[in-house]
Amino acid sequence: MKIGILALQGDFHEHQTCFNKLEVDTQLVKSIEELNKCDSLVIPGGESTTISKLLVSTKIDKVLTKKALEGFPVWGTCAGLILISNKVIENDPKPLKLINITTSRNFYGRQIDSFVEKINFEDDDYEAIFIRAPKIVDTKKDIEILSSTNDGTPVAVKSNNIFGTSFHPELTDDLRIHKMFVDMTSNK
Amino acid sequence: MATSKEKIELKNLGGSKVKNDDINIETGSWRLKGGLAQMLKGGVIMDVINADEAKIAEQSGAVAVMALERVPADIRKDGGVARMSDPKMIKDIISSVSIPVMAKCRIGHLAEAQILQHLGVDYADESEVLTPADNNFHINKWDFNMPFVCGATDLGEALRRIGEGSAMIRTKGEAGTGDVVQAVYHARTVNTQLKKVLMLDKEELMTEAKNLGAPYELLLEIKKLGRLPVVNFAAGGIATPADAALMMQIGVDGVFVGSGIFKSGDAEKRAKAIVQATTHYENPDILAKVSEDLGEAMVGINISSLPKEDRLENRGV
Repeated sequence: MKIGILALQGDFHEHQTCFNKLEVDTQLVKSIEELNKCDSLVIPGGESTTISKLLVSTKIDKVLTKKALEGFPVWGTCAGLILISNKVIENDPKPLKLINITTSRNFYGRQIDSFVEKINFEDDDYEAIFIRAPKIVDTKKDIEILSSTNDGTPVAVKSNNIFGTSFHPELTDDLRIHKMFVDMTSNK
Repeated sequence: MATSKEKIELKNLGGSKVKNDDINIETGSWRLKGGLAQMLKGGVIMDVINADEAKIAEQSGAVAVMALERVPADIRKDGGVARMSDPKMIKDIISSVSIPVMAKCRIGHLAEAQILQHLGVDYADESEVLTPADNNFHINKWDFNMPFVCGATDLGEALRRIGEGSAMIRTKGEAGTGDVVQAVYHARTVNTQLKKVLMLDKEELMTEAKNLGAPYELLLEIKKLGRLPVVNFAAGGIATPADAALMMQIGVDGVFVGSGIFKSGDAEKRAKAIVQATTHYENPDILAKVSEDLGEAMVGINISSLPKEDRLENRGV
């Protein structure tokens, strides 16, 4: 099994470090050829406008959308969540429409408003790091909500093979969420 | 910077914890400051002087913009005192783009930094490109919830800035020249010194800290992490896609491009090309394609023709 990490821009090395700790094979993805070697793909945190443009110029966008429809697991964190959502309130960037949620960019404000909040994941405390984070403002019925912040906002959502978090599990030492994606990849 | 011999974890330093209705919310902490820099990795941060340029930068794929009144090439040409930009211009830029907005304050000018934080600037650059306000001391950046980036010519300087609370480092390549040689020198120097620290035994670290003029605790942190504790970008003199690819191959995490873009013939085309080059830095096929027909690069000043006293890298070491 090989987990792909989109390496066009953002904190892809941090994701790779987490998977390395779980002793899972990874592949950094900057081209269609590299994507085709993988059993799943993580879209990391970064700037969604930048990553979006690079997805188009590498033509990875079309191939990934097709694969996702065929059951290929995809996990987006923060910028990655924006890119996999069905609709982005600000209309920029154009999302890949892989999961039936609506996101709003930089919803919580500017960098000084970035925050860490203790949430619940798999019945245990989890420290979630939100950096200029998007907010999931709407989820359709078929969406499974795995975690929410204390105000009730969903922050980890799943629909079949597509998974998204508005926070950054790759910036913590808690590997439970990476483990979950490894399981999603091996169970597909 | 804590100085106790206890285990020091950078991630727990700085910021504030607010407790509302039994909910702990942490803001302005080290991990949040450094975290934003991690999101910028593999990206290009572009100097802009107005909202129109900021929009072009965003559309070209910049991960952030640096708002400043004059690009370094003009600061060099015009002379005089270079200061923080007009808050109105910074506000215009903030409202015109969705990507992070950085802005420069003078070295040691904590009041300018307070203004930037108040305006909602996402990252402050305490920069040698502006005229220093303090020839001896930098800002104590732990006092701020807004993160800072600072320039460094070597590892000791980088660690002194991190010790003061800087959550991101950049090389102090000679800004406004279009000559990449100093950025290369600084990045190579930091790398070589890092490799040495990683090789040393614990017994040797205190002496190395003394030799570098760096906080001992940060050498321990480097040993623990196996790398610099913050993100390190290249800055100063980067003018072409190949320059960006060179810096990425040397091992920086991303690039700042100052005068190189908006002082060139076709700014948008060059900006897009440098974004591509920063991502595909190891792919000569893409590098060759994006380097084609970019129009005129900024004219540039050869560093060796610059007298030592005119070099910005000597400010605030």
